[in-house]
Parts: sequence; structure tokens; C-alpha cells
Amino acid sequence: MDLKEKLVSSFMAFEDGLDLDHPVHEERSSAIKNFETKGFPTKKDEAWKYTSLRGLEKIDFSIFPKHETTLEYKDVKKYFLHEIDTYKIVFVDGVYSSYLSETTHDGVDVCLMSSAFSKPMFKQVIEVYFNKAASKDESLTSLNTAFSKEGAYIYIPKNKMPKKPIQILHLATGKEPALMLQPRNLIVAEDNAEVQIIERHQSLTGNEVFTNSVTEIFAGKDAIVDYYKVQNDEPTASLVDNTYISQKDSSVVRVHTFSLGGKLIRNNLNFYQNGERIDSTLKGITILGDKQHVDHHTLVHHAQPNCESHQDYKGIFGDSSTGVFNGKIIVDKIAQKTDAFQQNNNILLSDKSTINSKPQLEIFADDVKCSHGCTIGQLDDEALFYLRSRGIPKKEAKALLMYAFANNVLESVRIPELKLRINKIIADKLGVRMGFDL
Amino acid sequence: MLEIKNLHASVDDKEILKGINLKVNAGEVHAIMGPNGSGKSTLAEVIAGQEEFEVGEGSILLEGEDLEELSPEERAHKGVFLSFQYPVEIPGVSVTNFMKTAINESRKAQGLEDMPANEMLKKIREKSEMLEIDRKFLSRSLNEGFSGGEKKRNEIFQMAMMEPKLAILDETDSGLDIDALRIVSNGVNKLRSKDNAIIVITHYQRLLEYIVPDFVHVLYNGKIVKSGTKELALELEEKGYDWLKEEAAV
Repeated sequence: MDLKEKLVSSFMAFEDGLDLDHPVHEERSSAIKNFETKGFPTKKDEAWKYTSLRGLEKIDFSIFPKHETTLEYKDVKKYFLHEIDTYKIVFVDGVYSSYLSETTHDGVDVCLMSSAFSKPMFKQVIEVYFNKAASKDESLTSLNTAFSKEGAYIYIPKNKMPKKPIQILHLATGKEPALMLQPRNLIVAEDNAEVQIIERHQSLTGNEVFTNSVTEIFAGKDAIVDYYKVQNDEPTASLVDNTYISQKDSSVVRVHTFSLGGKLIRNNLNFYQNGERIDSTLKGITILGDKQHVDHHTLVHHAQPNCESHQDYKGIFGDSSTGVFNGKIIVDKIAQKTDAFQQNNNILLSDKSTINSKPQLEIFADDVKCSHGCTIGQLDDEALFYLRSRGIPKKEAKALLMYAFANNVLESVRIPELKLRINKIIADKLGVRMGFDL
Repeated sequence: MLEIKNLHASVDDKEILKGINLKVNAGEVHAIMGPNGSGKSTLAEVIAGQEEFEVGEGSILLEGEDLEELSPEERAHKGVFLSFQYPVEIPGVSVTNFMKTAINESRKAQGLEDMPANEMLKKIREKSEMLEIDRKFLSRSLNEGFSGGEKKRNEIFQMAMMEPKLAILDETDSGLDIDALRIVSNGVNKLRSKDNAIIVITHYQRLLEYIVPDFVHVLYNGKIVKSGTKELALELEEKGYDWLKEEAAV
């Protein structure tokens, strides 16, 4: 049985434990139908031309974990941003771990999708927001919607801001030889609310993990959302991250994606600007080696006038790693005075690494500023010589140049400890120890 | 200190240095002048170990040791310093952190511990004051957004920090206004000692009024065609290079 059949046929068993009268359930039912019709995307789909899921489809993934596992905090501490106090929503093999988590209902709700689905107090929010930004057409998003049950639920009411940043951590213990996870997150920041979120997926062993995640983010008027995705997983862990962001007037949403490790990573990052004077920022650093593969598909849909978007993705590809950047910008006819900026710069460190970079601009308004640029190159030899002539060895000099290349993406990270941590991960990846924190 | 014997160097099969002979003793300042494209910057980079150039015949000896097999960083560890004509911008790495890294890497190569932080700070303060560099400047990203003059001053600051045995200043005067030229030259003069040597590459006599050379050489078409004392620089200023080109052609 291939993975698609297995998933479709287990839907009935999944339904068993659920409230079938819940309005969400209708969404699940129609979603599984869509997935059944479409199946997994293949290389024939334009959007999946360079990323194949065939290899994953052949693996016999457990769809629901059989075991419940507890973990000691000390064993997984390093995966947390433990340097600062944060709220934490932690899942172990897809199951919520109250022991490792720190949730709150104190003025803001930082808790679980399973509670949000079942408790009456959240019913209204679920009705207004759940599955309203996510695609009903895209098959992997439908697959996630069909099995949506657990994940992070974050609701920040009007004018509120949580006392501290929120971490969402998904741990896979390797108890199953191969495990598929489908977390579903809903994040709502109402008018003038503010929130900072860090999301990480981490496998603890070399067993196969395939995560198909969907996150919906709603930013109300003047809301500010900072979302950081830390993708530094094991070489046997694959991730398809589908994120849908809906913004209202004058809101600011910034998503930083750090793709530093994993087997196959596909980021579908979609911004919908449903208001004026919106600011959307999409930034990414990708540093890969071995046979790793990362595919960034971004979409910014400018649907109203006077909005901005800033995209800046930097990629460094070594060994036989492969990268894709596909940045789509749609500017509707009424979206005059749009300012859309897109940049994708890449460095190839070896002859075997590749990057496919493609801007896709669909502009229907006539008074807009849209700029895009893409570069693919190698490390600058002159710059390398400059550093080496100061006594800095070749390896360290290369690392410094790579760091300098990626640096402006890090500059907009608003949690200093996170920035330091990313710097450390990057330094580790580049195999250098600098005399200072990169 | 430095002895260059019959040095040939080429890039992409095009020979640029065609047999250079130069001897620089400790305590001396040598100026190398010459028209554009004569090979001045190539000579500087070849001494510093730029791998882009193919070194053919000849040798470069630093204190009697052949540099041929040494990487640029190893040459730096041995005391070679090149002040670049076009310093490179490194965003995200401050001048201070860059200097710490450079100095401690050199110390590591010599089997020494990292320089203690307070000693490093003291040295940075001392040298930046000498070159009249604002403290704020030191926490800025290396060369990023620096004016031409700031870049050059920063190069000499690095020289002061690294205390090289042999410093090669490649057109350090270009991009400097008269005040900056004076500050930079004063800095260089303070760094002059009986134990080190300096090679100044320049187009203009102007710099040599401040950094007075012991010897002046004219490089033309990959060869040193004339050597003399500082009076030669004045003569060049007056007469240009054409008479030397003619002389060389004979």
C-alpha cells in the first residue's frame, strides 16, 4: 500500500475519535476528498518541478504514533531557546507534552488546537478563522486539514501582547521506524496585538520523519507578528511547511526561515494582503551540504493599494545539495502604489550543487514599484585573499565571507538570543570557531 | 628583510612581472612608482601570496626564507602585510572583531595563547587614537559604507595592530584628502623602526613628502627600469615617465 492509499484509508479510523457534528469536521471531510482526487503532487506539477516526494511516498510511515513517550527536559533542552523565558507548546511524536510545555490563558491564549476544537470558549474563533486562509485546493494542505487535530493555538486579543515569546517545538523520538506528523497551527493576532513565535521541528534519531505542517496566521489592523522557523533537522527528517498569512490594514508580519538541515524541506509561504498600508517581510537563510534539498515557494498577493513586501533569501549550497527559490508576486489591478521587492542571492560552493531560482511576477496594476533580482555565484576570491592576507586561515575566511553574505537576513531578527543561536548553528555548520560570536 | 630575485609572474598566460630584482633591508622605506599597468599592484599581491598569479622563475625571500610555498595567511603570520588599494567590505563583522580574529589567528600560528581581552582593548585604543579614528568607527562593519579615505585609514589601523615586519602600502594615498593623508602618513612614520621595512606604491610624489623613502624604484612593463634616492621621485614628478619608457625601449 502506498502512502496515499494508507492515508485515505485511515481517515475513517481517524474520524472515530472525533466529534462528527463539529463544524470543522465538514472541512476535514471535504479536504480528504480533495486529497484523494489529487494525491501527492508530482514533478508534472509546475510548482513541484524540482522537488520530488516519490522517495517519501515509498516509506511505510506510521500515521498515528503507537506509543506515548515522555522525554526528560535535560535531554532536549538544547532544542529550546532556553536562554530566555518563553511560553512553550511542545509535542512529542505529535502528542502534546504538558510536562515540557508552558501554556497560558492569562489575557492571551497560548495552548492547543485540540482544546480549541473541543472547548466552547474557543468555538467562535475557530469558526471565524480555522481554514479560512489555508488553500482548499492544494493537496498537501488538504491532507493536513483532513487530519487536523493537534497543534499550536495562539490567540492574542486586541491591544494585547504576550509577556514573552512563544516556542512551538515538535520532537520526534524515533520510537516508530518511520513517522508522519501533521501539525496544524492557528495563530490570531487581533487589532494592534503583537506576538513573537519560534517554530522548530526536531527529530531525535536517524529514523525517518515526514512532517506535513499547516500554519494559519491572521494579523488584525496594526498587529505585528514575528515568526521564526528554525529548520535544522536530522538528514532523515523531511518537512513540508505550508504557511498561510492573512493581513489587515497597517499590519506587519515578518517571517524568517532558517533552513540549515534536513533531508527535504519544502516551504510554501503565502501572504495575502487584505488591507492597505500592509508590510510583509519574508527572509531566509539556507545553508546546505550533503544531498540536502530545500525548496522555497513564496507567494505575496497584493490585493489592496499602498502595501509593501520585502523578500530577501540567501542560499549557500555545498556538496550535492540542491535548492529552489520560486518567488511569486501578484499585484491586483486595484493594488496601486504597491512596493514589492524581491531578492534571492546564492553561492554555490561545489560543482555538484545546484539552485533553481525563479521570480514570477504577475502585475495588473500600472502604478507600482516592483523590483526583483537573483544572483548565483561563488565566493569572491579577492575578498577571500583580503581576509587571508590578515592571517585568517582559508576555512575561517570562507566562513566569515559566508556569514557576511547572509548577515543582512539576520539583522532583522528581533530576539537577540535567537540571533546568537542561529549564528552558532551557522558557525557549527561552517565548521569554524570564531574568536567572537558570529 | 626582503629579497626578490628575478621574479616572474603571470596571469592567464600573460606575463606581468618580467624579472624583478629588489632588496629591502630592515629599517628602510622603498617607494615603487610607475605608470598604470606596469605591474605595481601585481608585485604587491604576489609578495602577499595572491594565488591568482602564477609565479614562474625567481624567488621571494623574507629574512632568508623562501615564501613560494606559503599561503597568504602563513605569510601574514611571518609578518607580511598588504594595505589594499581596494579594501573589501565585510558586513556583519565589526572592525574590532575582525582585528581580534586576525591577531589571535596569527598568535595561534605562533603557538601563543589568545591576546588577553584587556590587552587587546588597550592596543585598539592606542592605535585608533594614533590614527585619529573615532571609537564608534570600530564597532561598524568592516569597510561597509566607509568612504575611500576611511577605508585607507582603516588599513593603516590594521597595520598598526598587526605590527608587520614588511608592510606594503598599495596606493594608500588615493582617496585621501590632505588632512587624512597627513594623519595616515604620521601613523606610518610612527610605525617605522629599525626592525621593519615598508614598501610604498604610489603614483604621486605627494605621499613621499610625508613618508620619505630611502630608495625610489620605477617599475615599467614588469621590470624595475630605474632606481635611485628620493630625488628620483621629484624628477618623475617634473618629467613624467616618458623619458624612462624611451630609455627602457633602447
